[in-house]
Amino acid sequence: MAKNANRITELRVEGITKRFPGTLACDSVSLRVGEGEALALVGENGAGKTTLMNILMGLYQPDEGKIFINGNQVRFRTPNDAYAAGIGMVHQHFMLVPNMTVAENVALGSSDLRGRFRLNLGAARARIGEISERYGLAVQPDSYVWQLSVGEQQRVELVKTLCFGAKFLILDEPTSALTPQETDELIVLLARMTADMPIIFISHKLAEVKALSNKVTILRAGRVAFSGDTADHSPADLAALMTGHEVTLPRNECAEGCGETLLAARGLKVRSDRGHLALDGVDLEVRAGEILGLAGVSGNGQRELADALAGLRTPEAGSITLAGTELAGLPPRKIIEAGMGYIPEDRQTEGIVPSFTVSENLALKDFAAPRFAAGPFLRLKATDANAAALKERYDIRCPSTATPAGSLSGGNIQKVILARELARGPKALVAVYPTRGLDMGAEEFIHKRLLELRREGVAVLLISEELDELMNLSDRIAVIFKGRILATVPAPEATKARLGALMAGLREGEGATA
Amino acid sequence: MNRTYRTLYSAAIIIAAAAAAVGIGALVLMAIGVSVPETYRVILTEPFKDMYGITEILVRTVPLILVGLGIAISFRSGILNIGAEGQMQIGILAATAVALALPDLPKWLLLPLVLIAGALGGALWGSIAGLLKARLGVNEILSTVMLNYIAAQLHGFLLRGPMIDPAELQVGSGTPQSMRLPKAAWLDRILTGYRLHWGLAIALGLAVIVYFLMWRTTWGFRMRAAGAEAKAARYAGIRVESCLAAAMILAGAFAGLAGAIEVTGVHRRAIEGISAGYGFSGIVVALFGGLHPAGIVPSAFFFGLLLIGADMTQRALSVPANMVLVLQGAVILSIVSAKTWLNDPYARDKAVRKMAALFGGGRK
Repeated sequence: MAKNANRITELRVEGITKRFPGTLACDSVSLRVGEGEALALVGENGAGKTTLMNILMGLYQPDEGKIFINGNQVRFRTPNDAYAAGIGMVHQHFMLVPNMTVAENVALGSSDLRGRFRLNLGAARARIGEISERYGLAVQPDSYVWQLSVGEQQRVELVKTLCFGAKFLILDEPTSALTPQETDELIVLLARMTADMPIIFISHKLAEVKALSNKVTILRAGRVAFSGDTADHSPADLAALMTGHEVTLPRNECAEGCGETLLAARGLKVRSDRGHLALDGVDLEVRAGEILGLAGVSGNGQRELADALAGLRTPEAGSITLAGTELAGLPPRKIIEAGMGYIPEDRQTEGIVPSFTVSENLALKDFAAPRFAAGPFLRLKATDANAAALKERYDIRCPSTATPAGSLSGGNIQKVILARELARGPKALVAVYPTRGLDMGAEEFIHKRLLELRREGVAVLLISEELDELMNLSDRIAVIFKGRILATVPAPEATKARLGALMAGLREGEGATA
Repeated sequence: MNRTYRTLYSAAIIIAAAAAAVGIGALVLMAIGVSVPETYRVILTEPFKDMYGITEILVRTVPLILVGLGIAISFRSGILNIGAEGQMQIGILAATAVALALPDLPKWLLLPLVLIAGALGGALWGSIAGLLKARLGVNEILSTVMLNYIAAQLHGFLLRGPMIDPAELQVGSGTPQSMRLPKAAWLDRILTGYRLHWGLAIALGLAVIVYFLMWRTTWGFRMRAAGAEAKAARYAGIRVESCLAAAMILAGAFAGLAGAIEVTGVHRRAIEGISAGYGFSGIVVALFGGLHPAGIVPSAFFFGLLLIGADMTQRALSVPANMVLVLQGAVILSIVSAKTWLNDPYARDKAVRKMAALFGGGRK
């Protein structure tokens, strides 16, 4: 590891300004990370965090401002410049080739391990071994990436970045796809690594910020709103600094109020795209005025369950009923008409048509209903009036309702989807990872709306990986593992440890993995 | 102030694009040793000198509009129809067959019947690719291109065999063409002495109808949603596969109608080669026109002009007409590149800031 001989002891940016059309993404941002420090960079969506990191990685050029490493000014024209200077980044979405081994992935990205025609896998293995040992990162060089869990893939990303000779780490929302246990492991690991190299990590989750960082910088609307020591501030303080106002995520306080079963799945068997049984006899019941949380590491059948409930995947066996009506096997249109509301997992491509206007997206499910159409003709005025009203009511921030919905921020796109679904007056709502990647302000908004629905007597199925979210909102929490419901726990009895163990496949009352 | 700079920026890009197109063309023209300014003068002004030139541009505009409209429908609905040429040839055959089979019908009945037959022929050909896509997920680019070959062979076979004009066989010249259509199947000329026909009115009328269909009806909304983001459309309860099939059928109908109008309006008989690549140029016309009827009509006119200009330069300056295809290519490349610049708000803002820094004024 000759490359690590000269360490980065300080990275400083001064007065970075970056403009995008119509917005100032970064407005003279300055920050500093020193030896042994982990800096948490927090802020709402669109606050400029990612832009700033992309500037540090040489993906964007700043319009103004300077970057210093160990006191010397540097300029990154391309990502290669940044790598050469020792800066490594682990992206939120992993940059790995799934059908290659770990060693191949590492060799592929390192110029010195990649010959013109072949990869030097021996050297790659050796380097992986060295780094694994040094930081206690258990990684099998010869496993294929597709065989690895999300947490393992994350470790591979880290190892890869270190193999490239990183002396400074940037992590973009590193825990967003991890289970609670994996998150804890990662935090321990990163704490160990700060001894060797400074770290910047981006996060929405203030608990992690507290656990891992010793410095925190909060960005708001492109400016540094706060910079200081993490230890001096509580998560609530940080949340307030981040959003500019007090944030209190609402909780489901009332125990009573559940009516009869509205949405039910019985003995549901659904095949995945790859042909195996992704749901193997799932039973779920959601009562009127109840939020049923579905916990589980993603990839354990949630997607197939959500698809089946939306009518996009035909169940192989079993039934889905909504207020007594059998829905299994019906096309999506019929299911929508039966009163099913739906917040899809991928809001950018499943929730909205990005190139359509906000107005059009708000009418996406009802454009042919008499409200928005006179016979075969669209009633554009009615569509626009509807959009103006919903924009107001749901606080959708957009230049106008004629703006393409795809250009809005994630939180606002989610508001568009929520507004559309709630305005339809659903009997049941399926919300799939509704706050994934959203900032606290948007999260608060969405949580409030979900609780409102509950009060109105709607049956809500909340599919999520966020234990805090599930425990705050749900009346009962079901845990899914490999296509089966392992247990359904009343929310007051749920603890993180208990849910975490169930999510990892440990059956209650058993010591070993099921 | 900033608005002025923005306009300046757009103008500069457009001028640069035009200059690039002209420049590339000039290089090629110089390479084959002809006068550059003279060639450009002929292409761009000669067709406008007399009624003949103008009407001939319009004669070529008609099929380009029709094919372009169909392409716009299909592309907007998320299915790429490269098969307009074949669909047009099937339309030509169907229209001709109906006209020749029912020569005694009155004009008010026969002409619409012939045009509908053409559209149905094209629709049928389009539906093969559409249904293959909807039912089996067969890549539509592959299937439409292959169907082009089949249509071309069928077209050639019928016009050289079963449908050939018996007179050709008697004389022995054997030109691959059908018998002349009965007069009742003729689309009338607008001006005596010129080939321009009422197909122009049909094309313009359909452009308006396509606009309403795609942007003002629930049907169009459904199609555009399916095309713009199939996943979101599915979640919203739209049957995307039906939209794809419908779009391909409609695109085929437009191409087939273009063929029928060429036969009934211009040639009055099916002749091998009268589809003349309109099925392919129509794709360019549609993309160039922003897949919107309001853009497709002028874009079709522009390509019509280039086609006539090519003819005229060949005759006046003996520049091979194929050179104009090169020019066409250069124009398209320049405009497509210019569009990316124009649509890149980041580049624009940067330029505006630079201009503001240079000439003062204008803060955001």
